[in-house]
Amino acid sequence: MLFALGVAGLLVRRNLLFILMSIEIMLNAAGLAFITAGSRWAQADGQVMFIFILAMAAAEVSVGLALVLQLYHQNESLDADAASGMKG
Amino acid sequence: MLHLLFLVPIIPFASFIWLAIIGPRTSRNAIAIVGVGSIAACTVISLLITGSYLASPPAEGSFTQVLWTWIAVDGFTAQIAFYLDALSLIMMLVVSFVSFIIHLYSAEFMLEGEGYSRFFAYMNLFVASMITLLLANNLLLLYLGWEGVGLCSYLLIGFWYQDNANGTAAQKAFIVTRVGDTAFAVGLFLLFTHLDTLDVQELMHRAALQWPVGSTLAIIASALLLGGAVGKSAQLPLQTWLPDAMAGPTPTSALIHAATMVTAGVYLIARTHVLFALAPSTQLAVAVVGAATLLLAGCSALVQHDIKRVLAYSTISQIGYMFLALGVGAWSAAIFHFMTHAFFKALLFLVAGVVIQALHDEHDMFRMGGLRKDLPYAFWGFVIGGSALAGLPLITAGFYSKDLILWQTWSSARGGTALWIAGLVGVLLTSVYIYRLIFVVFHGEKQIEVSHRPGWRIKMPIVVLCALSVLGGFVNIPEARGNVPAFTTLLHSALPELVQRQHGIITEGLSEGIAAITFALGLAIAYLLFLRKRSLAESIAGNPIGQAVHRFWFADWGMDWLYDYLFVRPVLWFAKVDKNDFIDAFYNGIALLTEFSWRALRNTENGRLRWYAASITAGTVIFLAIVLWT
Repeated sequence: MLFALGVAGLLVRRNLLFILMSIEIMLNAAGLAFITAGSRWAQADGQVMFIFILAMAAAEVSVGLALVLQLYHQNESLDADAASGMKG
Repeated sequence: MLHLLFLVPIIPFASFIWLAIIGPRTSRNAIAIVGVGSIAACTVISLLITGSYLASPPAEGSFTQVLWTWIAVDGFTAQIAFYLDALSLIMMLVVSFVSFIIHLYSAEFMLEGEGYSRFFAYMNLFVASMITLLLANNLLLLYLGWEGVGLCSYLLIGFWYQDNANGTAAQKAFIVTRVGDTAFAVGLFLLFTHLDTLDVQELMHRAALQWPVGSTLAIIASALLLGGAVGKSAQLPLQTWLPDAMAGPTPTSALIHAATMVTAGVYLIARTHVLFALAPSTQLAVAVVGAATLLLAGCSALVQHDIKRVLAYSTISQIGYMFLALGVGAWSAAIFHFMTHAFFKALLFLVAGVVIQALHDEHDMFRMGGLRKDLPYAFWGFVIGGSALAGLPLITAGFYSKDLILWQTWSSARGGTALWIAGLVGVLLTSVYIYRLIFVVFHGEKQIEVSHRPGWRIKMPIVVLCALSVLGGFVNIPEARGNVPAFTTLLHSALPELVQRQHGIITEGLSEGIAAITFALGLAIAYLLFLRKRSLAESIAGNPIGQAVHRFWFADWGMDWLYDYLFVRPVLWFAKVDKNDFIDAFYNGIALLTEFSWRALRNTENGRLRWYAASITAGTVIFLAIVLWT
C-alpha cells in the first residue's frame, strides 16, 4: 500500500523534490516489507537488508539532490517536464 | 647467404607497416630514414645474395626457400616460397637497386607538400609486392604480388587525390589493367584444372610432358597469360592507361611506370617461356604485339607536348622491344633490355622531375627552353639518358641491348625481315622524339626563370644512373667486338638459348652498323627540324594532312575515343535504361520499412521523465501479472 502510494506520487507530481520524496517512500515501503517478513519468520536477514537499503537511500538522496540542483540552475524551475531536452 | 632471401620482400613490407601506422606522427627525417633505409637494406641483401650466387651457384642453378604453406585444400597446396634462379636474381637486383636510387631521390623531391609518410608507405609496399612477384615459386603467390603492384600503382597515381583528374587517371589505370588481370586469372584456373599444380617449375615440366607443340590448350593458356602481360605492361591494345598514369608524382612514374612494374608482363612471359614455346602462334602474337606497339607508341611520342607523356610513350615503345624479343625467342635479350631500360628510363624520369620542379610544375615542353646553363645536371642527365634510349653507338647501354634484340630478331628462327624492319623504324622514331625533347627543352629561348635547384639527394641518384646508363651495356659485349656475353651466359641457366636460322646476307656487325646509321639519321632529322629550322617543323605540322596526322597521333591513334564508344558508352546507356529494375525496388522497400518504424518509435522518445516512469511501472505490472497468473 505504501509502495503504491510512492508510485502514484512519482507519476502524478511534477515537482522534482516531490518525486524524490516519492522515491524515498517506495524505498521505505520495501524496507518495511523486509522487516515485517524478518519478524514473521524470525530471521535476522530482513533487518540486514533494511540497513543496506538505508545506506543506499542516503547515497541516492545525495546524488539525486545534486542532480536536482544542477537542473534547477539550468532550467530555472523544478518542473520535471521542463527537462525534456532528450526528446527524440 | 642465400638463406637471407626471405628478408628481401619482408623488410620493405615491415617498413610499410611502420610508415602507415607510426609514420604520420614522427618527423620527416625519421620517415626518410626508415623509408629509404629499408630499400637500402634490401639492396645490400640482394647484392650479398648475388655475390654468393655467382661465387657458388646452387645445384641446377636454382634455390628454393619455403617459408610456410599458405593454402592446403584437397590436393591443392600453395606455399609461401621463394624461387631464385638467374632470371629472378637479375630482376630482383635491378628492381631493388633502381628502387633504392629512386627512394633516395624522392626523399628530397617529395619534401614539400603533405603526405610524406603516406608516399613512402605506398612506395615501400610497391617494392615489397614487386619482389614477391619476382621471387614467387607458384603462380598464385605471383598473382598476389601482381595485384599488389596494381593496387600501389592505383594509390600512387591518385596520390594527389584532391584533384579530380588524378583520381580519374588512377581509376583508369586500375580498370584497364583489370581487363588483363582477369585474363590472367582465367589462365591460372585453366592451367590448374588441366595440370593440377600452380608451382611454376612443376607446371612447366608437366606442360612440356602432356601438351604437344601447337596444342589448342597450350595456345589458349599462353594467350590468356599474354592477356595479363599486355595489360600490366601497357602493350597494344591495353596501353591507354600508361600515358594518363603520369598524373602521379614524378618518382612514381620513374619507379612504377618506367623501371619496374610495367616489366612485370615481360617477366611473366619469360618465367613461363616453356608454355609459350609450346604455342608458336601465341609467341608470334607476342612478337607482333611488340612490334606494333613500339611503332604506334613511337609515333605518338613524336607529337606530345607534355614532357612526361613523351617519356610515357617511349616506355610503351621500349617495352614493345622487349615483347618483340620475347616473341622471337630471344629471352635473354629481352631481360638485358629490361635492365638497361630500367637504368636509363629511371634516369630520364628523374631529370624530367628536376626540370618540372625547377619551373613551378610546368609540364609543357614548348613553354620551356634554354635550360642548358641553368640546370646542367638535368641537361647532361637528359643527354646521357636520351642517348642510351635512342642507342648512341658503342658507348651507351641502350645500344648494346637494343642491338642484341635487333640482331636476334633477324637471326632467330622465329623472327623475320618484317619484324626486324619494324625494330629499325622504331630506332629512327626513338632517336627523333627524344632529341626533339632535348632540343626543345634545353636549347632555344629561355621562357621561364628557374626557381628551384636540386640538392645532393637528387644529384647523386642522377649521377649514379648516368654512370649505369653508360656502363650497364658492357656486361654483354657482342660477338663482333670482343665476344664476352657474360650476361646472356648467366641467364642461360634459366632461359633457353636462341634458336638460330640461316643469317642470309646480314651479319651481327652489319645489323649494328645499320642500327647506328638509323640512329644518326634520326638525330639529324631532330636537329634539322627542332634546332635549325623550327619553321620547317611547324609548316609540316601546319598543312592539313600534317594536322590530321598530328591530332591522330596526339590522341594515341584514337584509342581512348574508340574505347569510349565501344565500351564505356554502351554500359552507361544500359545502366540508364535499367535504372528502375526490381532489384532496386526490393532494397528501396527495406529502406522504406526502416523509415516507417523509425517514425513510429520516435513518438515514444518524448523526453518526459514521468512518461518513462509510467512505462516502467506499467511494464512491471504486466510482467508480474504474467508471472503470477500463469
